[in-house]
Amino acid sequence: MVSSDSFWNLVRAEWTKLRTVRGWMVGLALAAILTVALGMLGPLGSSSSCSQVDSNGATSHTCHVTGPPRDASGQEVQDQSTFVRRTLAGDGSITARLTSFSGKYSPDGGGPPDPTDPTAGMVDGLQPWSKAGILIKDGSNFGSAYAAVLATGSHGVRMQYDYTHDTAGLPGSVTAAAPRWLRLTRAGDVITGYDSADGTTWTEIGAAHLANLPADVEVGVFAASPDYAVVKSSFGGSSTNTGPSLATGTFDRIAVTGQSTGGWSGPGIGGEPSGHSGPGAAQGPAAAAVAAANGADGFTVTGSGDIAPAGPGEGADKSAEGSLVGTFGGLIAVIVVAALSMTSEYRRGLIRTSLAASPRRGRLLAAKAVVLGAVSFVVGLVAAAIAVPTVRAVEHSKSMYVYHASTGAQIRMVIGTAAILAVAAVFALAIATIVRRGAAAVAAVIVAIILPYILAVASVLPAGAAEWLARLTPAAAFAVQQTVKPWPMVEASYTPANGYYPLSPWAGLAVLCLYAAVAYAIAHRLLRRRDA
Amino acid sequence: MTMTAGAFADALHAEWTKLRTVVGTAWLLAAAVVLTIGLSVASAATVTCDGAGCGEDPAKVGLLGVLAGQAVVAVLAVLAVGEEYGTGMIRLTFAAMPRRELVLAAKAVVVAAVTAVAGVLAVPASALAALALLPRHGFTAAHGYQHLATAATLRASVGSVLYLVLIALLSVGVASLLRDSAASVGTVLGLLYLFPVLAQVISDPDWHRRATQLAPMLAGLDVQSTIGLAGQPLSPWQGLGVLTAWAFGMLGLGGAMLRLRDA
Repeated sequence: MVSSDSFWNLVRAEWTKLRTVRGWMVGLALAAILTVALGMLGPLGSSSSCSQVDSNGATSHTCHVTGPPRDASGQEVQDQSTFVRRTLAGDGSITARLTSFSGKYSPDGGGPPDPTDPTAGMVDGLQPWSKAGILIKDGSNFGSAYAAVLATGSHGVRMQYDYTHDTAGLPGSVTAAAPRWLRLTRAGDVITGYDSADGTTWTEIGAAHLANLPADVEVGVFAASPDYAVVKSSFGGSSTNTGPSLATGTFDRIAVTGQSTGGWSGPGIGGEPSGHSGPGAAQGPAAAAVAAANGADGFTVTGSGDIAPAGPGEGADKSAEGSLVGTFGGLIAVIVVAALSMTSEYRRGLIRTSLAASPRRGRLLAAKAVVLGAVSFVVGLVAAAIAVPTVRAVEHSKSMYVYHASTGAQIRMVIGTAAILAVAAVFALAIATIVRRGAAAVAAVIVAIILPYILAVASVLPAGAAEWLARLTPAAAFAVQQTVKPWPMVEASYTPANGYYPLSPWAGLAVLCLYAAVAYAIAHRLLRRRDA
Repeated sequence: MTMTAGAFADALHAEWTKLRTVVGTAWLLAAAVVLTIGLSVASAATVTCDGAGCGEDPAKVGLLGVLAGQAVVAVLAVLAVGEEYGTGMIRLTFAAMPRRELVLAAKAVVVAAVTAVAGVLAVPASALAALALLPRHGFTAAHGYQHLATAATLRASVGSVLYLVLIALLSVGVASLLRDSAASVGTVLGLLYLFPVLAQVISDPDWHRRATQLAPMLAGLDVQSTIGLAGQPLSPWQGLGVLTAWAFGMLGLGGAMLRLRDA
């Protein structure tokens, strides 16, 4: 008789109990409704200003969802630099020597730009990811394919391509005594980057396979410098103090091999005005985007901006996980139902009947866990699968820009939300079995999961403490909803308050699973040892 | 009139006896005090002010534990009402005391008094710990914190005790509406904790401000603000006023439903 049949009978019995109590079905329906409805608060409580005043002084209401430029994969990018370039047809190479690299920035956030002196109020210094180097680019658009070998402010020489790829080359900074030789060669779709300290011994840094690169590409030298940023955190979030910055690279011994036509062009070179704005050109302190000939075979290039991936900043732009903020409401409803499914048996004395019918008490707990986990998973899955596209549609209709999230990340976000609800239900069931008081169990589980989240993302606690909370407490599970990516080659505040969790998505969910498993083991033991 | 006063005194006495003789009450009060002090001390020991204008509010840092302590207070207050419904005792209570709103008022007074005791133990202890810890973490005169023990700090402390009392009253009101302990605790903690989470995704400044002004927890905790008061959505006492409206609104609703529904 001790067969799997009897366990599945028990599961069916628990399912019958769950579905025949009206209050619990209301609770589960409420979980789904809250998950979807609260998610709508984001787009409904936000607005994007889309009225523009045209030249006649009339306000036009044409809205365009523009957002930042994107690369071929849909990833948002920054694509601004000062680029002195010429056209290369087919295979070839470019070599240059970077003899000096310096920068300026506004430590106080920068005042209004002064067109006559764009560097007014700036102090000397490079940003960690200020860039100067050589570039091969499909020059036609913002976000187009490229490969570059470049020196950085404090991360040595790097080879970077297509915004998201970054490989380290020679370490150390550039000085007159220690210049850096940089080389890129193109053979078909493959672009290989090299660096050298002396121009004779070359080291390969890496190779980039750029599919669909046209035959004619732009090659040349460039400089860019991302904004200077200091992050301050205080109650209710963090604020970022930013200011413009500039980087200046001095190149000589520039040599292009292969079929290169036309002369050099760039801001201040080849008839273009300084501060030229267009694909690949600086838009920041535009007047500072300037290049000048440096001897017969060199240029001095000054630029700001960056060629790098971009993430959601402050403002009306949305990241995809915002659509699942309603999870917190659904979570509370599921926790209440899960706790009640055990404590109401104790209250009514039904537990003695249940245990008489199923004397192997562990099986009763297991059957409850299976039913609650499965039901919560389905509720979460349906709710999240409705919430994500619905919220996105409302955001689009209100002309808000939603940051790119890959299909895989969106599926993981939806399944992860269902898993959070399921594991939280089992956690609440276990705690309710241990304390046998519905109110205390509900409070304990809510405080364990949601309070650390609030402390980590919206309280006075510093980023370091917030990261530990997001590692060690059940709130780590919300990492499974994260779609924003921290980029090592972009300086930003990657803190839980800004949506960046210290653990990977599934590792974060595993932390919650671990809490639930420990609570379940204790509940299992106590249920067997205590009188009912 | 004297009959009402006498009846209320009897109701108070009955409720006090019930609350006092339930084993859970003492444990919950101890838990509320320990959690409040524990989280406050942890916060005061972690937060540092790294320079002038760091923007940290020493009172909010030192009294952060109220965020956790309020959950235990909610459980205590909900149980005072919900357990009687759970056991069916409420019918006996109403048979002995047919004026149901008097029963509710007596429960509210007793729970508020017990919560005030917990608050008076937990909040000053947290504040004193913060006064000892914070000057070592950059909350110094050089960074713009001349004195930490100011009238504003005193107001933040007194306000935090009142905050906990109002949370207890809100919980009594919700429990008399929903009549189920677990669902009531879920609702109260949802009201408290969901607003700050949801406020994050509301990026429109006006709506965000409105959300923080309406949220019982965010508005109520404005009473802890001691710096940058001009930039706060509500003044400290206005904020506590919003929470008072929530608490008495729920109590009134609960009392009305008590009269209308069968027990």
